[in-house]
Amino acid sequence: MDRLLDFLARHRSLVIGDGAMGTMLHAAGLEGGGSPEAWNLERPDVLLGIHRAYVEAGSQIITTNTFGGTRFRLALHGNENRVRDLNVAGARLARQVADAADHEVLVAGDIGPTGEILFPLGTTQPDDVRAAFAEQAGALVEGGVDFFLIETMSALEEVQAAVEGIRSVTDLPIAATMTFDTHFRTMMGVKPGQAMKALHELGLTVIGANCGNGPAEIERIVTDLAAVKPEGVYLVAQSNAGLPKWEEKQIHYDGTPEVMAEYALKMRDLGVNVIGACCGSTPEHIRAMRDALGA
Amino acid sequence: MEDAFDSLPAEVQHHYRNMQDDLYDGITDAVVGGTEQALAWGQSPANVLAHGLVAGMDVVGQDFGAGILFVPEVLRAAAAMKAAMEILRPLLTETGVEKIGVAVIGTVRGDIHDIGKNLVAMMWEGAGFEVHNLGVNVDADKFVAKLLEVNADILGMSALLTTTMPYMAKVIERLEADGLRDRFTVLVGGAPLNAAFAEDIRADAYCKDAAEAVQAARALVQQKGVHRG
Repeated sequence: MDRLLDFLARHRSLVIGDGAMGTMLHAAGLEGGGSPEAWNLERPDVLLGIHRAYVEAGSQIITTNTFGGTRFRLALHGNENRVRDLNVAGARLARQVADAADHEVLVAGDIGPTGEILFPLGTTQPDDVRAAFAEQAGALVEGGVDFFLIETMSALEEVQAAVEGIRSVTDLPIAATMTFDTHFRTMMGVKPGQAMKALHELGLTVIGANCGNGPAEIERIVTDLAAVKPEGVYLVAQSNAGLPKWEEKQIHYDGTPEVMAEYALKMRDLGVNVIGACCGSTPEHIRAMRDALGA
Repeated sequence: MEDAFDSLPAEVQHHYRNMQDDLYDGITDAVVGGTEQALAWGQSPANVLAHGLVAGMDVVGQDFGAGILFVPEVLRAAAAMKAAMEILRPLLTETGVEKIGVAVIGTVRGDIHDIGKNLVAMMWEGAGFEVHNLGVNVDADKFVAKLLEVNADILGMSALLTTTMPYMAKVIERLEADGLRDRFTVLVGGAPLNAAFAEDIRADAYCKDAAEAVQAARALVQQKGVHRG
């Protein structure tokens, strides 16, 4: 049984995800350019607090703090040899909170882009990227995730490498979302309809969009995704809380909880099955979304 | 200095337009071939650079900004320009083309996005700057050491993430603390940035694309009255 599809079916195909991790970590003192994943071992208290806050706000899926957990990204902080430790730790923290929750909560093992551009357009070999995703996925399984969330992708080739990497180590379910933030396409020029078709051909059935330039953009993207969605595919939307503004030496997002509550209702009306949020969102936003959806 | 495009013979103008099209389409062989052909006709390296490459790259930059081209097309065009620059660079040095300034550029700490940054580096070089490209994940120590080492005029910083753009402020604060801020023109760019952010962190300017980065670098260096042989 596919744990994710089963979960969706039992919740009438509408579940609430969580909100931003980076925003919460920076609010807790992670400095700009610092390593979020290192905090899985250095500041587990902070991670437990963030996951708990989202669960208390109504999240039914919480996402591990492992977005930059491939060796390519960890190498930025000299942590390329700590892939296993940091990912296992990240998964265990979320697992611990999910298991103690007062409602059923699934743990999504977060997998973000490597930041590499794959050959032939770039110089990085797809095999190396696939191996990096496999390494990260193995550690996330060891830490106890329920499924994988491949997110913020812009290249179809990299989604494929991630899916293949995960599949080489586990049969756990996979959801994938891409970021259509460049004139309603991904940075690499992929259109929503094209993404839906390609990801479905990779065998995925939980597909969507995340990050980007706020709810209005996601609304248009999701409309396009829904229009070409094959039978049996579930939709995911995780919008940023508006647009980033620089105020008082910090990044603030201009989307209020009310704005995000309205976004949640629009997503529901468009047929989205997993509604969460991305950069700039907080437990307060998720609570407003939960209340609006009456979930 | 290059000749004015309008002053060139019609067939040479036509040749440069073809080169620009090939660059736009990212056909490296054709751009390299066109470069060699123009040089064989006795065109100056400065002419080939300005009319064959930079003019073409300007259009690529504009169409990228307009959502007509996306990253893959820009990367292919940049690769073609880079290959042609390999031929032109030694010739430009030989002919003693005047260097208009020295620039240090990099993507800030924690960030690995370098497509736009590399494009700016290439266009600055095309505009006559000596460019030191420090790559990605560059911290303040590395920026400052290189700025001093090469006696730079310009510092260019790039970030694509809202989580890394605040690091630009740290680099500038570091320059201020070291009493070095006034020595360098600081230009910043990257998708999540805007002019208000640049002003707030006390950068000299925000550049929304490579063409603006070239304009800003030229203008600010001229203002400072930098002259180098």
